[in-house]
Amino acid sequence: MAQVELIGVTKAYPNGIVALHKIDLKIADRDFLVVVGPSGCGKSTLLRLIAGLETMSEGKILIGDRDVTRLEPAQRDIAMVFQNYALYPHMNVYDNMAYGLRNRKTPKPEIDRRVRETARILGLETMLERKPRQLSGGQRQRVAMGRAIVRSPAAFLFDEPLSNLDAKLRVQMRGEIKRLQRQLGTTGVYVTHDQAEAMTMGDQLVVLRDGHIEQKGGPLEIYSRPATAFVGGFIGSPAMNFLDGRIEDGGRKLRVAETFSIVLPGAGLPQQEGRNLTVGIRPEHFKMNGNSALAELPVELVEPLGAQTLVEVLFGKKIVTVSLDGAIAIKSGDRIPLSVDPAQLHLFNLENETRLDCIVA
Amino acid sequence: MVEHRPWLTIFAHAVLVLGAFVLVFPLWVAFVASTQSAVSFNQIPMSLLPGGHFIENYSAVLTQGLASAGAVPVVKMLMNSLIMAIMIAVGKIAISLLSAYAIVYFRFPFRKTIFWLIFTTLMLPVEVRILPTYGVVASLGMLNSYAGLSIPLIASATATFLFRQYFLTVPEELLEAARLDGAGPWRFFRDVLLPLSRTNIAALFVILFIYGWNQYLWPLLVTTDPNYYTIVMGIQRMVTVADATPQWQLVMATVILALLPPVVVVIGMQRLFIRGLVEIEK
Amino acid sequence: MEKRVFFERRLTPYLLVAAQLAITLIFFFWPAAQAFYQSTISQDAFGLSTTFVGLANFERLFSDSLYLHSIEITLVFSALVVASSLSIALLLAAMADRVIRGSAVYKTLLIWPYALAPAISGVLWLLLFNPTIGVVSFALRKVGYSWNNFLSGTDAMILIVAAAAWKQVSYNFLFFLAGLQSIPRSLIEAAAIDGASPFKRFWTIVFPLLSPTTFFLVVVNLVYAFFDTFGLVHTTTAGGPAHATEILVYKVYRDGFVGLDVGGSAAQSVVLMAIVVLLTAIQFRYVERKVVY
Repeated sequence: MAQVELIGVTKAYPNGIVALHKIDLKIADRDFLVVVGPSGCGKSTLLRLIAGLETMSEGKILIGDRDVTRLEPAQRDIAMVFQNYALYPHMNVYDNMAYGLRNRKTPKPEIDRRVRETARILGLETMLERKPRQLSGGQRQRVAMGRAIVRSPAAFLFDEPLSNLDAKLRVQMRGEIKRLQRQLGTTGVYVTHDQAEAMTMGDQLVVLRDGHIEQKGGPLEIYSRPATAFVGGFIGSPAMNFLDGRIEDGGRKLRVAETFSIVLPGAGLPQQEGRNLTVGIRPEHFKMNGNSALAELPVELVEPLGAQTLVEVLFGKKIVTVSLDGAIAIKSGDRIPLSVDPAQLHLFNLENETRLDCIVA
Repeated sequence: MVEHRPWLTIFAHAVLVLGAFVLVFPLWVAFVASTQSAVSFNQIPMSLLPGGHFIENYSAVLTQGLASAGAVPVVKMLMNSLIMAIMIAVGKIAISLLSAYAIVYFRFPFRKTIFWLIFTTLMLPVEVRILPTYGVVASLGMLNSYAGLSIPLIASATATFLFRQYFLTVPEELLEAARLDGAGPWRFFRDVLLPLSRTNIAALFVILFIYGWNQYLWPLLVTTDPNYYTIVMGIQRMVTVADATPQWQLVMATVILALLPPVVVVIGMQRLFIRGLVEIEK
Repeated sequence: MEKRVFFERRLTPYLLVAAQLAITLIFFFWPAAQAFYQSTISQDAFGLSTTFVGLANFERLFSDSLYLHSIEITLVFSALVVASSLSIALLLAAMADRVIRGSAVYKTLLIWPYALAPAISGVLWLLLFNPTIGVVSFALRKVGYSWNNFLSGTDAMILIVAAAAWKQVSYNFLFFLAGLQSIPRSLIEAAAIDGASPFKRFWTIVFPLLSPTTFFLVVVNLVYAFFDTFGLVHTTTAGGPAHATEILVYKVYRDGFVGLDVGGSAAQSVVLMAIVVLLTAIQFRYVERKVVY
């Protein structure tokens, strides 16, 4: 159990491509950090650097208080769960879990105790004699975790371990992994491209894009105050809508998509008077409201999900996704009145996509 | 991976260099020997540096051959080997394509039996049936002929298996589409299957050419006329000279000539031939 | 595996397989049948009369000390060729898998001997080991070993083992390398994280996973040592000195073609056939069931 720290970590390849740019990250002891981002953002590389499976171009990595930068994977006291589980096919479950301890010359009775204890925690007691090919995907995943748990490492590393499971199993395993991590109290770093996994599992999130950290913070903070348009669009499903906007009236009003104007909270954005910017509105923040509607918009498509209804409306020339609670009886061609709470608007600078906060009155 | 074992990398290179050296050294020695004069073989051990008689030795063997080996110009033997190798490679491929096509794409009585018959030829290399096969060839009057050198070696199972395996992976839809387009079996074979099989055919040709070129026992049995000697078997007569010492410079010149075509093919078509090897053994 | 869609023609398939069948029947099965037949007969010296003798030829064979000696020699020869050729190839493949720089060059230099006929390999080593002018025999003399493959049976055996194994290393190297490269990288990484050194990783993870390839190569190399080495022996030692290198496949030629012993040679052929059938059966039953993880 220990904290993990990355200082100025950079990974550059000989052909000039830079996978990670001077990453600074601190993961508190016992915390569960999720690194999330689109394919190619560098999240797997980050994880593998912590593991020692790749070499860094610059920077330092500390696990506990040890500088592990130059240490081999075996010496870093970490354990990893791979995307394809990487179970040793020719060994049974018991041997798969015992392998790491055997290499460290742990005494046999100790190995046996720890393997059986871990198997019990994971519900694998009856499968210790089986080989990986005789197990289901979920069971293999658990053996992979068991292999990591049994070593009581300073930190767990997870490389998209749920990607190969079907949707239902994924949701189930999500909870199990989180429960286990909490129960064991081991620091964890978890990499995924799935924002739902990130939101539900992480104590802290890091959103990565093209080798840079876009934002670090708790899940709700990242959800309600995305630091950039990218984070806003990446986190949350269905994804945030982006519309063109312009500041008017001395900074107090926002004209959205040339369709309606809305009064900004507080003192608005006086410095942005007259400027164009990007407006982000989450689908779930639209309300169908006959009374104080901001606009009446034509419906293009209705997707009834039962608990919610997704509606695509035409905002000027753009299609916007609206998520309404419950089953609503509308059909395409209808015009529906929509409003949005100004406090739920996310405003982003047009050029650099960073968040603009209204001045508090 | 972060690894601090420079010694391991050094060791790996050392082993590979040593291995490469051991695998290339005999070739070098052979080449050196082929450029020496007869006299230099009195030196013990023989020199490891090339001599100056390259042209002299090679032209001698190419045009005159060795008296002990029937005085056949090596050029002739090279030609014989070439013809035999090409006939074997082309023959095997052609026959196997047809058989595999029949077995995969047709239903007919005895299909399974015929398949197993072909399969069992795997278990009958020439070495286990030399006398009787010689007898058959002799009685058919095929001794000392190109036909005799190649035809008996054409019908083996490996190529058929390879094509059969490949044909089984060709999507059914192609045949269905072809049939809808009115193609009969021959059309389908010629216009769809053959073009698809091009890479396999090329890879197989490389392997079979080498196989054919390197044939030893069969040409030995089937040729008594030195004019039909192939180069690989012909070398034996140059080396086994009862009480005299072999004329190493001439023998080695012949050896170099004998191994040149297959080696060039292997190195030049490395990728193709490796792929062919792995496919066959699947 | 079968095709779902196929042609229904009466004559065409038979025409297609005709060529292969014809050649197979004429040049494979008919001679094989003859070999079986000939193994049960005895011809007199002039080839005029033949008598059916049942298994007498076989009995004679297996009580012939020379034949038993040949069996022994063949087993020793194959064991040595298979063991040395496989272990050297495995070492080279493991090292080649590890280095990235120069691997293409190494590969070319290491696989070229595949192109050689065993007989050619034999001649190359014949020169290297030549008791007078050979470079290797010279080196051996320098360390006190007096080499002569024409006089010493042991030396002759070493010569043919060296030539046979040397040539096969390239083939085995290729397959081992392919096998090594098909092992998922994540397994190696997981083993590294689990604390295994490169040496340990190789023996506990890599080598066990290589076993299908290894088994396959053992069978193929055995077939090679038993049957493909005729040219090698014929060119170098001719089975000598004093039958020291008279492997089975050479003996059957010598007795049949040179000695003109029809019955005995046919009996030997039948024995060889049995060995091939056994090896092929093993190959197809155990090896072709490629273990899929």
